[in-house]
Amino acid sequence: MIVLANILIVATIIVGVVFTIVTSIGVLRLPDVYTRAHAASKSSTLGVLGILLGVFFHFWLNEGHFSIQILLGILFLFITSPIGGHLMSRAAYMSGVKPTELTVKDDLAEVVKKAKQSKAVTSQKEQ
Amino acid sequence: MAFQLLLNFIIAVVWMFMSSSMTATTFIIGYLIGFLLIFLTRRFFKQRLYTGRLWAALKLTLLFFKELTLSNISVLLLVIRPKLNIQPRIFAMLTELETDWEVTLLSSLITLTPGTIVVHVSDDQRTLYIHAIDAEDAEEAIESIKNTFEKAIREVSRT
Repeated sequence: MIVLANILIVATIIVGVVFTIVTSIGVLRLPDVYTRAHAASKSSTLGVLGILLGVFFHFWLNEGHFSIQILLGILFLFITSPIGGHLMSRAAYMSGVKPTELTVKDDLAEVVKKAKQSKAVTSQKEQ
Repeated sequence: MAFQLLLNFIIAVVWMFMSSSMTATTFIIGYLIGFLLIFLTRRFFKQRLYTGRLWAALKLTLLFFKELTLSNISVLLLVIRPKLNIQPRIFAMLTELETDWEVTLLSSLITLTPGTIVVHVSDDQRTLYIHAIDAEDAEEAIESIKNTFEKAIREVSRT
């Protein structure tokens, strides 16, 4: 029983550590903000989730302490991490960070341009 | 849904008072009896039975975990490949979802799926601008998002 529990704990923590490493390699290797956001927002979620689950199983199965806080932590992580990735890439786009040259097509560029023009027109009228 | 759930809880509490035993077991029995009553009187409610919605939400959660695992494996394969062979693209996707929480949920799910990140939501909340890491998959991604996530979210929010 203890062996099974330890296998479970080790497996989840290894999965977590591997995906955390993938996150950092992705952030180093990928060319621009947006592709880096892919690595950072996805892999780090699963990485931290795996480590937290391993900790949860360790304290539950080996120490007999059922920790609700860790489960809540996992839940909060799931709610916040995709929104963090979205907000950072959106802020980068709106402040004019160009995507890498590899980018094939950009549907958003015209929309942002138009929005900025209409904004400029209205501010001129106010003056 | 909230109303039916609350009604079921009230029936369970009434059952606890009627049998004058305040234990968890009595509560569960009362809850089951309440569910039976709500099931029998289901045509008086305007919305569908609340278990349908709970079931849809459970399916959405399972779908989410499946996609999260797949997306992480795809990022892993992308990152450890010796030569970076990617063609990023930002594309627009029309959505039929209406309320705020549906659009938020959809964009969170898209961000955690393979190869896509939501960069911008248009002001009228009709269009999502999505950054795809591989352009060839973009059309396919639109199809799969439409068929799986939007459908699942609509299933949850259907009255």
